[in-house]
Amino acid sequence: MSTRTLPLLFINLGGEMLYILDQRLRAQNIPADKAKKVSTVPAWIEEDRKRVMNDIITTMFNKKFLEELFKPQELYSKKALRTVFDRLAHASIMRLNQASMDKLYDLMTMAFKYQVLLCPRPKDILLVSLNHMDAIKDFVKDTPSILSQVDETYQQLIEMYTPLSNGEFQLMRQTLLIFFQDMHIRVSIFLKDKVQNSNGRFVLPTNGPVPRGTQIPGMIRIFSCSGEELTRLQFNNGGNYSSALREGSFEMFGNRVTKLGTNMYSVSRPVETHMSGTSKSSAQHTKVNAAPNPLAKEELNLLARLMGGLEVQKPGSADTGFRVNLFATDEEEEEALISRPNELSYGVVSIQATKDQQANAELTKIMGEFTESGDPSSSASSKGDDLLAMMDGL
Amino acid sequence: MFHKEKSIQLKNSASALYNNLSVLRIAPRRLTYFTVVHANVVNMVSTSWDGLNYSHRQLQSKEPNVATSTSLIMQAAFCALPSRDLLVVSSQKGIQMYESDGSIMVYWHALDTPEAPTAHAVFARGISAVSDNYICVGVSSGAVLVFDVPSKGSNITLSEVLEEHKEAITDIASECSGSQEFLANLVTADDGGNLCVWKSGEEFQLLNKIPGLDMTCSSVKLWKGTVLAGYGTGQIRLYEAVTGILHAEVNAHARWIYSLDIAPFSGLLLSAAEDSFVRVWHLSITPETNSVEIAHLHNECVTDTQICGAKFCDGDGYAFAVTGYDLSEIIRYVQS
Repeated sequence: MSTRTLPLLFINLGGEMLYILDQRLRAQNIPADKAKKVSTVPAWIEEDRKRVMNDIITTMFNKKFLEELFKPQELYSKKALRTVFDRLAHASIMRLNQASMDKLYDLMTMAFKYQVLLCPRPKDILLVSLNHMDAIKDFVKDTPSILSQVDETYQQLIEMYTPLSNGEFQLMRQTLLIFFQDMHIRVSIFLKDKVQNSNGRFVLPTNGPVPRGTQIPGMIRIFSCSGEELTRLQFNNGGNYSSALREGSFEMFGNRVTKLGTNMYSVSRPVETHMSGTSKSSAQHTKVNAAPNPLAKEELNLLARLMGGLEVQKPGSADTGFRVNLFATDEEEEEALISRPNELSYGVVSIQATKDQQANAELTKIMGEFTESGDPSSSASSKGDDLLAMMDGL
Repeated sequence: MFHKEKSIQLKNSASALYNNLSVLRIAPRRLTYFTVVHANVVNMVSTSWDGLNYSHRQLQSKEPNVATSTSLIMQAAFCALPSRDLLVVSSQKGIQMYESDGSIMVYWHALDTPEAPTAHAVFARGISAVSDNYICVGVSSGAVLVFDVPSKGSNITLSEVLEEHKEAITDIASECSGSQEFLANLVTADDGGNLCVWKSGEEFQLLNKIPGLDMTCSSVKLWKGTVLAGYGTGQIRLYEAVTGILHAEVNAHARWIYSLDIAPFSGLLLSAAEDSFVRVWHLSITPETNSVEIAHLHNECVTDTQICGAKFCDGDGYAFAVTGYDLSEIIRYVQS
């Protein structure tokens, strides 16, 4: 439908990913002098955490990548987008197991679905995006080079979206809602805050402020042919609404007013998802993106750009890998992988290094760097489709 | 005033699209058809009036000669003409017309889609039958395609293209009072809230343009010469079609309106929005004295649901049906 939705999807999901990773990295932080006491999950010192965040943000806002992203195009399939985020999550020294990556993606998507649904006006999605951008800017405020990349992206966002009409924003919103259709994964923090029901559906309150531009429902006005008001009638609106809040800022700086898109995680509020009980509601899994090839040509372009823009990181040598676990313990993580319902698997497309060395020397090098002995996530390079072959086959 | 009845289960959930429910009552066979769009699929349910039999069918929007190409559907609507009923499906690729039971596709019109995606999306949206033999479908460019439909067979032709709107068409409606006395018999609405009022014929005549206030009119109806328009601000406005005189303004909903429907025999009006509410109103229009009255009758709240379709199941408004985003059922309400 709308051909301008991908940048919003990517930036907002990316923002949520950074919130979650930041929280997990902080939670796994052990003071430097205790670093010698290693468990299977090593200590993350502040320096490493900042480095991971910087690396991911640099990749996210890579110039060539964004150029591709901002071109008019249809939304990616769920599989393709998940693959892009897989790559992004691994753009640093950090490693995530399949189960943790699945959970990360679940959280990201449910959070953004919630924000899109709850936006009072379709154009508030831009405010949500700006909230994410504001937080990203804060993550890299000490690194001028990345900061300038982020600022450029602000400019692009504002330039592209502020002139659009309400109808066009609604079309984007409707496109995003099709992408999120039938996703009802329960998120602990949402359940606790009572913004999500136990059946996975979000709570849509019938109270609170009306959107800007909307009047509180309840009045009927009848006019004469000459335009004067003849009668005024009131009716009961069945809810409990209040006047609209003030307008948020659509510029680079300013108060966005809405809290949607701000960081709801903190060290004391850990992230969890419940997988049980979701299989029933996901039974009607959409078959929309049943394209024969999960990565169409355009999506491959984006992916290729992303891979090309990756700075190769050497994983730490002495330590047992910089692994991040989205679960409380290793056992939980393993359990989650085993018990994940089939219909909720993302079917991530695995990419194998190609035979054409010249064309994909960079790709090969990067894939080579990713492979670590004993690292479960190296399954990415051991099986699956050949990238070039896929492109040829289209 | 209304109470909930047994819901009809759907094969998949409704997508968040304007006017995402269409109903066709087939009295001779004591059946009612419902259609609800889910992404690139039209879900059709046929229900018997005794509530005992349900049958489902799914239609995919595919170009007839391209096996793998599918596209997202914007709207599916029944068009009841004196001689025949058709199901019209409008999508990103074009317009398909089926026999009303969805069994056979009788016509296909492809939209001019550019080679590479452009900033402006291309799609068809807004469907209505008008007078005895026309079906009108709107396009994202603002054009309205007028198709001439013979009383039977597939010799449907594109008769005219109305180019008055500059923004994407959202909804189209024809005069539904059954009376021939009204000059205007078609209204078209767009993303900017602009309304165009027409008289159908071999050449459609533009009778009036009612400017929008930069706020989308997502659903529109025409009854007894009065345009009933639902907006993204949650307002409903009643305009005299030919003159553009504003008769009434209702602060009806707290969010974007997605669907309006009228029961032409009783004057009951149904409005549904993202705010989870469906509201029933009573309209009283006396064209001779130019008087319009609107009264609020009833609210139904579909908890935690953004409603995307609401239609009366019969001309008196004895029953109505509702669909919501992510909901895999059609909820029904009947007068108590």
